[in-house]
Amino acid sequence: MQKITREILIDKAAFLLSTGVVGSVFGWRAGEFDYDVTPALFTDKTDLKNNFVFGDFCGANVSKYLIKATKNAEEKILVFLKPCDTYSFNQLLTEHRFNREKVYVVGIPCEGMADVRKIKEKAGEGILKISSTEDGVIVDTLYNGTISLKKEDILLERCKNCKSKKHVAYDELIGEDGTVLENDRFDEVAALEAMSPEERFNFWQNELSRCIRCNACRDVCPACTCEKCVFDNPESGVENKAAYNSFEEKMFHIIRAFHVAGRCTDCGECSRVCPQHIPLHLLNRKFIKDINQFYGEYQAGEEVGSRAPLVNYTKEDIEPNDAVNKGDK
Amino acid sequence: MQVNEFKPKIVAFCCNWCSYAGADLAGSNRLSYPADVKIIRVPCSCRVNPMFILRAFQRGADGVIICGCHPGDCHYTSGNYYTRRRMALLFSMLDYLGIEKDRMRLEWVSAAEGAKFATTMNEFTEKIISLGENKRLEDLRCKK
Repeated sequence: MQKITREILIDKAAFLLSTGVVGSVFGWRAGEFDYDVTPALFTDKTDLKNNFVFGDFCGANVSKYLIKATKNAEEKILVFLKPCDTYSFNQLLTEHRFNREKVYVVGIPCEGMADVRKIKEKAGEGILKISSTEDGVIVDTLYNGTISLKKEDILLERCKNCKSKKHVAYDELIGEDGTVLENDRFDEVAALEAMSPEERFNFWQNELSRCIRCNACRDVCPACTCEKCVFDNPESGVENKAAYNSFEEKMFHIIRAFHVAGRCTDCGECSRVCPQHIPLHLLNRKFIKDINQFYGEYQAGEEVGSRAPLVNYTKEDIEPNDAVNKGDK
Repeated sequence: MQVNEFKPKIVAFCCNWCSYAGADLAGSNRLSYPADVKIIRVPCSCRVNPMFILRAFQRGADGVIICGCHPGDCHYTSGNYYTRRRMALLFSMLDYLGIEKDRMRLEWVSAAEGAKFATTMNEFTEKIISLGENKRLEDLRCKK
Protein backbone atom coordinates (compact mmCIF):
# COMPACT_ATOMS: atom_id res chain seq x y z
CA MET A 1 0.00 0.00 0.00
CA GLN A 2 2.69 2.52 0.93
CA LYS A 3 4.57 3.77 -2.09
CA ILE A 4 7.75 4.63 -0.26
CA THR A 5 9.85 2.01 1.45
CA ARG A 6 11.75 1.93 4.68
CA GLU A 7 15.04 1.87 2.74
CA ILE A 8 14.40 5.31 1.27
CA LEU A 9 13.72 6.71 4.73
CA ILE A 10 16.70 4.96 6.29
CA ASP A 11 18.98 6.33 3.55
CA LYS A 12 17.62 9.80 4.09
CA ALA A 13 18.05 9.52 7.86
CA ALA A 14 21.56 8.07 7.58
CA PHE A 15 22.55 10.88 5.24
CA LEU A 16 21.23 13.59 7.54
CA LEU A 17 22.88 11.93 10.54
CA SER A 18 26.26 11.66 8.86
CA THR A 19 26.21 15.25 7.62
CA GLY A 20 25.43 16.40 11.14
CA VAL A 21 22.16 18.14 10.25
CA VAL A 22 20.41 16.07 12.88
CA GLY A 23 21.54 14.19 15.97
CA SER A 24 18.73 11.67 16.26
CA VAL A 25 15.78 10.32 14.33
CA PHE A 26 12.19 9.91 15.38
CA GLY A 27 10.26 7.23 13.57
CA TRP A 28 8.75 3.80 14.03
CA ARG A 29 10.44 0.80 15.58
CA ALA A 30 9.71 -2.76 14.53
CA GLY A 31 7.98 -4.94 17.08
CA GLU A 32 7.74 -8.66 17.48
CA PHE A 33 5.18 -8.94 14.69
CA ASP A 34 4.75 -7.01 11.49
CA TYR A 35 1.82 -5.10 12.90
CA ASP A 36 3.02 -3.99 16.35
CA VAL A 37 5.03 -1.00 15.35
CA THR A 38 5.83 1.63 17.99
CA PRO A 39 7.02 5.22 17.70
CA ALA A 40 10.62 5.48 18.86
CA LEU A 41 13.70 7.67 18.94
CA PHE A 42 16.82 6.37 17.20
CA THR A 43 20.23 7.75 18.08
CA ASP A 44 22.40 5.00 16.69
CA LYS A 45 22.95 4.27 13.00
CA THR A 46 23.07 0.49 13.25
CA ASP A 47 19.98 0.48 15.43
CA LEU A 48 18.31 2.60 12.78
CA LYS A 49 19.31 0.21 9.99
CA ASN A 50 18.11 -2.85 11.85
CA ASN A 51 14.97 -1.69 13.56
CA PHE A 52 13.51 1.30 11.73
CA VAL A 53 10.34 0.43 9.85
CA PHE A 54 7.87 2.17 7.65
CA GLY A 55 4.82 0.46 6.28
CA ASP A 56 1.10 0.00 6.56
CA PHE A 57 1.10 -0.14 10.34
CA CYS A 58 2.75 3.23 11.00
CA GLY A 59 -0.56 4.86 11.79
CA ALA A 60 0.68 6.38 15.04
CA ASN A 61 0.82 10.15 15.04
CA VAL A 62 4.36 10.96 16.17
CA SER A 63 3.95 14.72 16.66
CA LYS A 64 3.17 14.53 20.36
CA TYR A 65 6.32 12.54 21.12
CA LEU A 66 8.40 15.50 20.00
CA ILE A 67 7.54 17.42 23.17
CA LYS A 68 9.45 14.96 25.30
CA ALA A 69 12.08 14.18 22.68
CA THR A 70 13.08 17.81 22.13
CA LYS A 71 13.15 18.71 25.81
CA ASN A 72 16.73 17.68 26.47
CA ALA A 73 17.95 17.27 22.92
CA GLU A 74 21.04 19.26 22.06
CA GLU A 75 20.98 18.55 18.36
CA LYS A 76 18.12 18.63 15.91
CA ILE A 77 15.75 15.70 15.71
CA LEU A 78 14.73 14.34 12.36
CA VAL A 79 11.09 13.37 12.24
CA PHE A 80 9.09 11.75 9.47
CA LEU A 81 5.58 13.15 9.30
CA LYS A 82 2.59 11.96 7.35
CA PRO A 83 0.18 14.66 6.12
CA CYS A 84 -2.24 14.26 9.03
CA ASP A 85 0.67 14.38 11.52
CA THR A 86 1.74 17.76 10.19
CA TYR A 87 -1.56 19.28 11.31
CA SER A 88 -0.93 18.15 14.87
CA PHE A 89 2.64 19.34 14.53
CA ASN A 90 1.47 22.85 13.64
CA GLN A 91 -1.09 22.83 16.40
CA LEU A 92 1.59 21.95 18.96
CA LEU A 93 3.77 24.77 17.61
CA THR A 94 0.84 27.17 17.94
CA GLU A 95 0.62 26.19 21.59
CA HIS A 96 4.39 26.59 22.04
CA ARG A 97 4.83 23.02 23.13
CA PHE A 98 8.28 22.66 21.59
CA ASN A 99 10.89 24.59 19.70
CA ARG A 100 10.58 24.42 15.92
CA GLU A 101 14.33 24.99 15.61
CA LYS A 102 15.02 21.67 17.25
CA VAL A 103 13.11 19.64 14.70
CA TYR A 104 13.88 18.77 11.11
CA VAL A 105 10.71 17.63 9.39
CA VAL A 106 10.70 15.33 6.42
CA GLY A 107 7.23 15.02 4.96
CA ILE A 108 6.32 11.61 3.64
CA PRO A 109 3.30 10.68 1.56
CA CYS A 110 0.72 8.31 3.00
CA GLU A 111 -1.57 5.95 1.15
CA GLY A 112 -3.74 5.23 4.17
CA MET A 113 -2.78 2.99 7.04
CA ALA A 114 -4.02 -0.50 7.83
CA ASP A 115 -5.99 -1.50 10.89
CA VAL A 116 -4.67 -4.70 12.39
CA ARG A 117 -7.99 -5.37 14.11
CA LYS A 118 -9.73 -5.58 10.78
CA ILE A 119 -7.02 -7.88 9.45
CA LYS A 120 -7.33 -10.12 12.49
CA GLU A 121 -11.10 -10.23 12.08
CA LYS A 122 -10.74 -11.45 8.53
CA ALA A 123 -7.63 -13.59 8.74
CA GLY A 124 -8.13 -15.00 12.21
CA GLU A 125 -5.49 -15.80 14.78
CA GLY A 126 -1.94 -16.86 14.10
CA ILE A 127 -0.75 -14.16 11.75
CA LEU A 128 2.82 -14.95 10.69
CA LYS A 129 3.61 -12.31 8.14
CA ILE A 130 1.86 -9.39 6.48
CA SER A 131 3.23 -8.15 3.20
CA SER A 132 2.10 -5.12 1.32
CA THR A 133 0.87 -5.18 -2.27
CA GLU A 134 -0.24 -2.48 -4.66
CA ASP A 135 -3.82 -2.32 -3.39
CA GLY A 136 -3.94 -4.33 -0.21
CA VAL A 137 -2.01 -6.85 1.84
CA ILE A 138 -1.21 -10.54 1.75
CA VAL A 139 -1.44 -12.25 5.11
CA ASP A 140 0.30 -15.53 5.89
CA THR A 141 -1.45 -17.28 8.75
CA LEU A 142 -0.77 -20.36 10.76
CA TYR A 143 -4.22 -21.87 10.46
CA ASN A 144 -5.91 -20.34 7.44
CA GLY A 145 -3.13 -20.33 4.87
CA THR A 146 -2.43 -17.26 2.78
CA ILE A 147 -5.14 -14.66 2.51
CA SER A 148 -5.13 -11.55 0.39
CA LEU A 149 -7.13 -8.57 1.58
CA LYS A 150 -8.24 -5.46 -0.25
CA LYS A 151 -7.18 -2.00 0.87
CA GLU A 152 -10.69 -0.68 1.46
CA ASP A 153 -11.46 -3.57 3.81
CA ILE A 154 -8.50 -3.02 6.09
CA LEU A 155 -8.07 0.77 6.17
CA LEU A 156 -8.09 2.46 9.54
CA GLU A 157 -11.48 4.04 10.19
CA ARG A 158 -9.95 7.52 10.16
CA CYS A 159 -8.15 6.95 6.85
CA LYS A 160 -11.45 6.16 5.13
CA ASN A 161 -12.33 9.82 5.15
CA CYS A 162 -8.86 11.27 4.98
CA LYS A 163 -9.04 15.06 5.17
CA SER A 164 -5.80 15.94 3.48
CA LYS A 165 -2.79 14.57 1.63
CA LYS A 166 -1.14 17.96 1.86
CA HIS A 167 1.77 18.56 4.25
CA VAL A 168 1.21 21.79 6.14
CA ALA A 169 4.68 21.80 7.70
CA TYR A 170 7.98 20.40 6.43
CA ASP A 171 11.62 21.19 5.79
CA GLU A 172 11.94 18.66 3.06
CA LEU A 173 9.55 16.43 1.18
CA ILE A 174 9.94 12.90 -0.10
CA GLY A 175 7.71 12.41 -3.09
CA GLU A 176 5.14 14.94 -4.20
CA ASP A 177 2.84 16.95 -2.01
CA GLY A 178 -0.86 16.15 -2.17
CA THR A 179 -3.91 18.33 -1.81
CA VAL A 180 -6.62 18.89 0.76
CA LEU A 181 -9.31 16.35 0.02
CA GLU A 182 -13.07 16.57 -0.14
CA ASN A 183 -14.50 14.24 2.44
CA ASP A 184 -17.69 13.21 4.11
CA ARG A 185 -16.34 12.89 7.61
CA PHE A 186 -19.39 14.54 9.19
CA ASP A 187 -21.85 12.02 7.78
CA GLU A 188 -21.73 9.82 10.86
CA VAL A 189 -22.28 12.82 13.14
CA ALA A 190 -25.21 13.98 11.03
CA ALA A 191 -26.73 10.50 11.18
CA LEU A 192 -26.55 10.58 14.96
CA GLU A 193 -28.03 14.08 15.09
CA ALA A 194 -30.97 12.87 13.05
CA MET A 195 -31.86 10.30 15.73
CA SER A 196 -34.25 11.03 18.57
CA PRO A 197 -32.73 12.01 21.94
CA GLU A 198 -33.66 8.58 23.34
CA GLU A 199 -31.88 6.78 20.53
CA ARG A 200 -28.85 8.99 20.91
CA PHE A 201 -28.79 8.46 24.64
CA ASN A 202 -28.98 4.69 24.21
CA PHE A 203 -26.29 4.77 21.56
CA TRP A 204 -23.87 6.66 23.78
CA GLN A 205 -24.82 4.75 26.89
CA ASN A 206 -23.96 1.57 25.03
CA GLU A 207 -20.69 2.96 23.68
CA LEU A 208 -19.39 4.84 26.69
CA SER A 209 -20.33 2.27 29.31
CA ARG A 210 -17.75 -0.01 27.73
CA CYS A 211 -15.03 2.45 28.68
CA ILE A 212 -12.49 0.96 31.08
CA ARG A 213 -10.84 4.30 31.79
CA CYS A 214 -7.44 3.22 30.59
CA ASN A 215 -6.82 6.84 29.52
CA ALA A 216 -5.24 5.71 26.25
CA CYS A 217 -7.32 8.25 24.29
CA ARG A 218 -6.01 11.03 26.49
CA ASP A 219 -2.42 9.86 26.47
CA VAL A 220 -2.20 9.52 22.71
CA CYS A 221 -4.04 12.72 21.82
CA PRO A 222 -1.65 15.30 20.37
CA ALA A 223 -3.89 18.08 21.67
CA CYS A 224 -3.96 16.72 25.26
CA THR A 225 -0.61 17.93 26.47
CA CYS A 226 -1.28 19.29 29.96
CA GLU A 227 1.37 18.12 32.38
CA LYS A 228 -1.18 17.86 35.14
CA CYS A 229 -4.55 16.50 34.16
CA VAL A 230 -7.78 17.05 36.03
CA PHE A 231 -8.53 13.36 35.62
CA ASP A 232 -5.40 12.29 37.45
CA ASN A 233 -6.86 13.68 40.64
CA PRO A 234 -7.46 10.72 42.96
CA GLU A 235 -10.19 12.76 44.69
CA SER A 236 -12.22 12.96 41.50
CA GLY A 237 -13.79 9.54 41.95
CA VAL A 238 -12.26 8.09 38.82
CA GLU A 239 -11.02 4.91 40.45
CA ASN A 240 -14.29 3.73 41.87
CA LYS A 241 -16.13 3.38 38.64
CA ALA A 242 -19.80 2.77 39.25
CA ALA A 243 -20.87 -0.66 38.17
CA TYR A 244 -24.37 0.24 37.16
CA ASN A 245 -24.27 3.49 35.30
CA SER A 246 -21.52 5.18 33.45
CA PHE A 247 -21.73 8.77 34.44
CA GLU A 248 -18.03 8.99 35.22
CA GLU A 249 -17.23 7.78 31.72
CA LYS A 250 -19.69 10.18 30.14
CA MET A 251 -18.24 13.05 32.06
CA PHE A 252 -14.69 12.01 31.24
CA HIS A 253 -15.44 11.80 27.54
CA ILE A 254 -17.38 15.05 27.38
CA ILE A 255 -14.62 16.91 29.20
CA ARG A 256 -11.87 15.19 27.23
CA ALA A 257 -13.50 16.15 23.95
CA PHE A 258 -14.35 19.63 25.22
CA HIS A 259 -10.81 20.27 26.34
CA VAL A 260 -9.54 19.75 22.80
CA ALA A 261 -12.50 21.48 21.10
CA GLY A 262 -11.15 23.95 18.59
CA ARG A 263 -7.68 22.47 18.90
CA CYS A 264 -8.47 18.97 17.71
CA THR A 265 -7.10 18.40 14.21
CA ASP A 266 -9.29 15.32 13.77
CA CYS A 267 -6.34 12.96 13.49
CA GLY A 268 -8.46 10.12 14.84
CA GLU A 269 -5.84 8.71 17.19
CA CYS A 270 -8.36 8.44 20.05
CA SER A 271 -10.49 5.93 18.20
CA ARG A 272 -7.48 4.06 16.86
CA VAL A 273 -6.03 3.33 20.27
CA CYS A 274 -9.28 2.63 22.14
CA PRO A 275 -9.10 -0.99 23.32
CA GLN A 276 -12.87 -1.04 23.65
CA HIS A 277 -13.51 0.19 20.09
CA ILE A 278 -15.49 3.24 21.21
CA PRO A 279 -15.93 5.68 18.30
CA LEU A 280 -14.47 8.59 20.25
CA HIS A 281 -13.79 10.64 17.13
CA LEU A 282 -17.56 11.15 16.85
CA LEU A 283 -17.42 13.38 19.94
CA ASN A 284 -14.56 15.45 18.58
CA ARG A 285 -16.14 15.69 15.15
CA LYS A 286 -19.37 16.96 16.67
CA PHE A 287 -17.42 19.87 18.14
CA ILE A 288 -15.66 20.50 14.84
CA LYS A 289 -18.96 20.36 12.98
CA ASP A 290 -20.57 22.80 15.43
CA ILE A 291 -17.61 25.16 15.28
CA ASN A 292 -17.70 25.15 11.49
CA GLN A 293 -21.42 25.79 11.51
CA PHE A 294 -21.55 28.45 14.23
CA TYR A 295 -18.25 30.29 13.86
CA GLY A 296 -17.11 29.60 10.32
CA GLU A 297 -14.86 26.93 8.87
CA TYR A 298 -11.82 26.27 10.97
CA GLN A 299 -9.18 23.60 10.62
CA ALA A 300 -6.87 23.38 13.62
CA GLY A 301 -3.23 23.10 12.68
CA GLU A 302 -3.63 24.38 9.16
CA GLU A 303 -1.37 27.31 9.96
CA VAL A 304 0.82 28.10 12.93
CA GLY A 305 -0.53 30.84 15.18
CA SER A 306 -4.16 30.77 14.11
CA ARG A 307 -6.58 31.71 16.85
CA ALA A 308 -8.71 28.82 18.04
CA PRO A 309 -12.49 29.46 17.98
CA LEU A 310 -12.92 29.03 21.72
CA VAL A 311 -10.41 31.76 22.55
CA ASN A 312 -12.03 34.12 20.12
CA TYR A 313 -15.44 35.74 19.78
CA THR A 314 -17.55 38.06 17.73
CA LYS A 315 -20.33 40.25 19.01
CA GLU A 316 -22.89 38.45 16.86
CA ASP A 317 -22.24 34.90 18.05
CA ILE A 318 -25.13 32.48 18.26
CA GLU A 319 -26.90 32.21 21.63
CA PRO A 320 -26.45 28.79 23.28
CA ASN A 321 -30.20 28.35 23.73
CA ASP A 322 -30.67 28.90 19.99
CA ALA A 323 -27.74 26.66 19.14
CA VAL A 324 -29.40 23.59 20.65
CA ASN A 325 -32.82 24.39 19.24
CA LYS A 326 -31.57 24.68 15.69
CA GLY A 327 -32.59 21.17 14.82
CA ASP A 328 -36.20 21.80 15.83
CA LYS A 329 -37.05 24.10 12.98
CA MET B 1 -51.07 14.48 54.89
CA GLN B 2 -47.85 14.06 53.01
CA VAL B 3 -47.86 14.96 49.35
CA ASN B 4 -45.14 13.43 47.20
CA GLU B 5 -44.49 16.40 45.03
CA PHE B 6 -41.39 16.63 42.87
CA LYS B 7 -39.10 19.33 44.21
CA PRO B 8 -36.45 20.00 41.60
CA LYS B 9 -32.90 20.95 42.49
CA ILE B 10 -31.78 23.81 40.34
CA VAL B 11 -28.32 25.30 40.36
CA ALA B 12 -27.96 28.88 39.14
CA PHE B 13 -24.48 30.19 38.45
CA CYS B 14 -24.79 33.94 38.79
CA CYS B 15 -22.25 36.54 37.83
CA ASN B 16 -21.26 38.69 40.80
CA TRP B 17 -21.60 41.93 38.86
CA CYS B 18 -25.01 41.57 37.31
CA SER B 19 -27.23 38.55 37.87
CA TYR B 20 -26.31 38.17 41.52
CA ALA B 21 -27.25 41.79 42.05
CA GLY B 22 -30.31 41.13 39.88
CA ALA B 23 -31.35 38.38 42.29
CA ASP B 24 -30.81 40.82 45.13
CA LEU B 25 -33.02 43.36 43.42
CA ALA B 26 -35.70 40.74 42.85
CA GLY B 27 -35.57 40.16 46.60
CA SER B 28 -35.80 43.80 47.59
CA ASN B 29 -38.67 44.29 45.15
CA ARG B 30 -40.44 41.38 46.89
CA LEU B 31 -40.70 39.42 43.68
CA SER B 32 -40.92 35.74 44.36
CA TYR B 33 -39.07 32.96 42.66
CA PRO B 34 -38.91 29.29 43.68
CA ALA B 35 -36.74 28.30 46.60
CA ASP B 36 -35.60 25.31 44.52
CA VAL B 37 -33.13 27.59 42.80
CA LYS B 38 -29.79 27.51 44.57
CA ILE B 39 -27.55 30.37 43.58
CA ILE B 40 -23.80 29.97 43.30
CA ARG B 41 -22.02 33.26 42.94
CA VAL B 42 -19.18 33.36 40.42
CA PRO B 43 -16.92 36.33 39.62
CA CYS B 44 -17.95 36.19 35.97
CA SER B 45 -20.08 33.83 33.90
CA CYS B 46 -16.81 32.95 32.17
CA ARG B 47 -15.64 31.35 35.42
CA VAL B 48 -18.11 28.53 34.84
CA ASN B 49 -16.09 25.60 33.68
CA PRO B 50 -18.11 23.00 31.70
CA MET B 51 -17.05 20.58 34.39
CA PHE B 52 -18.99 22.61 37.01
CA ILE B 53 -22.16 21.99 35.07
CA LEU B 54 -21.53 18.29 34.65
CA ARG B 55 -20.56 17.97 38.31
CA ALA B 56 -23.79 19.71 39.31
CA PHE B 57 -25.80 17.20 37.27
CA GLN B 58 -23.74 14.36 38.65
CA ARG B 59 -24.41 15.37 42.24
CA GLY B 60 -28.14 15.48 41.67
CA ALA B 61 -29.09 18.80 40.08
CA ASP B 62 -32.13 18.58 37.83
CA GLY B 63 -31.38 21.77 35.98
CA VAL B 64 -28.50 24.20 35.61
CA ILE B 65 -28.85 27.81 34.58
CA ILE B 66 -26.02 30.24 34.02
CA CYS B 67 -26.69 33.94 34.30
CA GLY B 68 -24.30 36.59 33.11
CA CYS B 69 -24.11 40.19 32.03
CA HIS B 70 -25.60 41.12 28.69
CA PRO B 71 -23.10 40.82 25.83
CA GLY B 72 -21.06 44.00 25.80
CA ASP B 73 -21.60 44.70 29.49
CA CYS B 74 -19.06 42.30 31.01
CA HIS B 75 -17.23 43.73 33.98
CA TYR B 76 -14.07 42.21 32.52
CA THR B 77 -14.93 43.44 29.01
CA SER B 78 -15.20 40.11 27.18
CA GLY B 79 -15.81 37.25 29.62
CA ASN B 80 -19.38 36.62 28.64
CA TYR B 81 -18.54 36.40 24.93
CA TYR B 82 -16.32 33.44 25.71
CA THR B 83 -19.03 31.94 27.90
CA ARG B 84 -21.44 32.23 25.01
CA ARG B 85 -19.20 30.23 22.67
CA ARG B 86 -18.32 27.66 25.28
CA MET B 87 -21.88 27.04 26.36
CA ALA B 88 -23.17 26.86 22.80
CA LEU B 89 -20.76 23.98 22.21
CA LEU B 90 -21.42 22.32 25.56
CA PHE B 91 -25.22 22.48 25.29
CA SER B 92 -25.05 21.20 21.77
CA MET B 93 -22.81 18.32 22.90
CA LEU B 94 -25.13 17.37 25.76
CA ASP B 95 -28.02 17.36 23.32
CA TYR B 96 -25.92 15.14 21.03
CA LEU B 97 -25.48 12.70 23.91
CA GLY B 98 -29.22 12.53 24.32
CA ILE B 99 -29.57 14.67 27.44
CA GLU B 100 -32.76 16.74 27.52
CA LYS B 101 -31.66 20.08 26.14
CA ASP B 102 -34.01 22.13 28.30
CA ARG B 103 -32.15 21.15 31.45
CA MET B 104 -29.44 23.70 30.80
CA ARG B 105 -29.82 27.30 29.91
CA LEU B 106 -27.89 30.51 29.60
CA GLU B 107 -29.59 33.84 30.30
CA TRP B 108 -28.34 37.40 30.31
CA VAL B 109 -29.66 39.25 33.36
CA SER B 110 -28.36 42.66 34.38
CA ALA B 111 -28.27 44.13 37.89
CA ALA B 112 -31.31 46.27 37.02
CA GLU B 113 -33.41 43.36 35.85
CA GLY B 114 -34.78 41.97 39.10
CA ALA B 115 -38.10 41.25 37.41
CA LYS B 116 -36.43 39.40 34.58
CA PHE B 117 -34.47 37.33 37.09
CA ALA B 118 -37.65 36.30 38.88
CA THR B 119 -39.58 35.46 35.70
CA THR B 120 -36.62 33.55 34.23
CA MET B 121 -36.30 31.45 37.36
CA ASN B 122 -40.04 30.82 37.53
CA GLU B 123 -40.15 29.73 33.91
CA PHE B 124 -37.04 27.58 34.22
CA THR B 125 -38.31 25.85 37.35
CA GLU B 126 -41.61 25.08 35.68
CA LYS B 127 -39.77 23.64 32.73
CA ILE B 128 -37.64 21.43 34.98
CA ILE B 129 -40.71 20.26 36.91
CA SER B 130 -42.34 19.27 33.63
CA LEU B 131 -39.18 17.40 32.60
CA GLY B 132 -39.03 15.59 35.91
CA GLU B 133 -36.07 14.13 37.66
CA ASN B 134 -32.66 14.11 36.02
CA LYS B 135 -32.03 10.46 35.27
CA ARG B 136 -29.60 10.64 32.41
CA LEU B 137 -26.77 12.51 34.04
CA GLU B 138 -27.08 11.43 37.61
CA ASP B 139 -24.45 9.37 39.35
CA LEU B 140 -25.82 6.72 41.66
CA ARG B 141 -22.77 6.98 43.88
CA CYS B 142 -23.88 10.48 44.78
CA LYS B 143 -27.36 9.39 45.86
CA LYS B 144 -28.07 9.14 49.52
